Amino acid sequence: MTATVKSPTSVQYHPRRQRISGKLFSLLKYVVLIVLSISFVLPFYWMFVSALKDDSQVYTVPPIWVPDPAYWNNFYDAWVSQPFTLYLFNTVFKYAIPYTIGTVLASAIVAYGFSRIRWRGRDALFFLCLATMMVPFQVTMVPLFMIFKQFGWLNTYLPLVVPAFFGTPFFIFMLRQFFLTIPQDISDAAYIDGANEVDILFRIILPLSKPALTVVALFAFINAWNDYLGPLIYINDAHEFVLSLGVEALRATFSYNSTVANAYPYLMAVSTIIVLPIVIIFFFGQKMFIEGISMTGIK
Amino acid sequence: MATAQPGTKSGMTRSERRRLIQGLLFISPWLIGFLLFTIYPLASSLYYSFTRYDLLRDPVFIGMRNYTSLVTTDSMFWVVIYNTLFYVLLAAPAGVVSAFLMAALLNTKLMGRPFFRAVFFFPAIIPTIVTAVVWQFLLNVQFGLFNSILQGLQLPTIPFLSNPAYAKPSLVMIYIWAQGNAIVIFLAALQDVPRQLYEAAEVDGARAWHKFRHITIPLTTPVILFNLIMGFIYAFQEFTLPWLLTGGGPANATEFYTIYLYRNAFQFLRMGKASALAWILFIIIVVFTAVLFKTSARWVFYNTETE
Repeated sequence: MTATVKSPTSVQYHPRRQRISGKLFSLLKYVVLIVLSISFVLPFYWMFVSALKDDSQVYTVPPIWVPDPAYWNNFYDAWVSQPFTLYLFNTVFKYAIPYTIGTVLASAIVAYGFSRIRWRGRDALFFLCLATMMVPFQVTMVPLFMIFKQFGWLNTYLPLVVPAFFGTPFFIFMLRQFFLTIPQDISDAAYIDGANEVDILFRIILPLSKPALTVVALFAFINAWNDYLGPLIYINDAHEFVLSLGVEALRATFSYNSTVANAYPYLMAVSTIIVLPIVIIFFFGQKMFIEGISMTGIK
Repeated sequence: MATAQPGTKSGMTRSERRRLIQGLLFISPWLIGFLLFTIYPLASSLYYSFTRYDLLRDPVFIGMRNYTSLVTTDSMFWVVIYNTLFYVLLAAPAGVVSAFLMAALLNTKLMGRPFFRAVFFFPAIIPTIVTAVVWQFLLNVQFGLFNSILQGLQLPTIPFLSNPAYAKPSLVMIYIWAQGNAIVIFLAALQDVPRQLYEAAEVDGARAWHKFRHITIPLTTPVILFNLIMGFIYAFQEFTLPWLLTGGGPANATEFYTIYLYRNAFQFLRMGKASALAWILFIIIVVFTAVLFKTSARWVFYNTETE
């Protein structure tokens, strides 16, 4: 290219009319975004303020946007109306934490084999691994239930936690994508120093992949925290319930007996409490979440 | 290429074989899990689908009868097929279109993009039980927020969840609300569209709409395909939200395929019939995905020149 010559037309490139329509467009854009944001946040706002109401405030038309008085004790009363502390313990220590450890560890090891070592048949098997994501949960649901029943694993968390230690295709995929971005030279230098693949994975690749591993850990934890269908199938004993089954149990007590006071405020209070940890995790890890999700859409 | 060494049986060099063994060792957790938790259950569920099995007695082989009776005599089967197709064909495309438009809006010159992105994404990661109880409350026909507002404005109320005609569209509305993943994936794809293309088009005098139509959309078609397929697969398997929100009602309007399958398995203890239902679903999903891929050759644009 030769040096660019400013064409005389570029001086009048923005006629006034276009500038005004541009400003109008920009204003309209913010209006749309703000209206959308309000409608996205509204369910959460309504959940929170309804948790602070009593029955007379819940059933009022027109609706009360800021309850006065606000019944803050609803949070405590709702929490102790069912053994939610026990359910919290079950959710975190029996399900979410072991599930997360298994998922991160196994998915990282498998992803290493699918990305940092070249071997015959690798890409075909990786494709197979991805294809298993298409198998509906419902197809394997019945036989898996019967297998775990035979193992005597019903009413335990083993059917939900043990498979995590074999890796999860979605997270294997995410970590593989990340491992592929690490330059091969790093591995080659380590080979020359006499390192084997296990050394390279644990001493080099994993320390370099902390952001990706954190994303996987956060997603795995939230998946377990949110899970409903898994516990629904395998957990019948109320002592072993997770939070989601507890909320469902609380709702059931209200629908069996419609005269119970504060049904909706209590449901909204418990909902607020179990959403809160996700708000906190999301607030601190937003950037990682976004990057993690974005990574899955590529290719 | 490595020269084939005489003496190796499979025609692999020593280092090739070493890497093959190491690779297989590293992926062995997945491979074992795949055999135990996917292949074996797939095979046994195929077998069960040809049996009558109530968990208490041993399965009895009955040939194709589960399949034929589903298709010919089970009136619920066609109801759930209709409901599911209605929902899937509405929800998945609506989710992709809304997510794409919102991502495109976020991709413009914008103050506070991380804030808006966070707001749109967040509903995707909350527990479904919370989505269900909160929306059930919001959409309640007597005292739900939306109908209270309508009543306050002297307008007729909308029976979102209690009228069969409104139940599925209401579920689609909630589905769209929880499309955060797709929005974020689209936004990343939109940000990857090279700036120079827009600049070149501007030099040629292209208007905003033309840039959107002829640059933005073609360059993001691979990701549109990805989100569309994920959306279809997800919507076909949707269980928890309708189960908790409407329980299949009113008047079976939200009795979806997976709900009917769950009932047959765990409420009626008809494991054989449930397995047949599961296999039909699996085949439907595979065929659907294959068809989408086939048509994609016509509308998905792969930029092979860069990279």
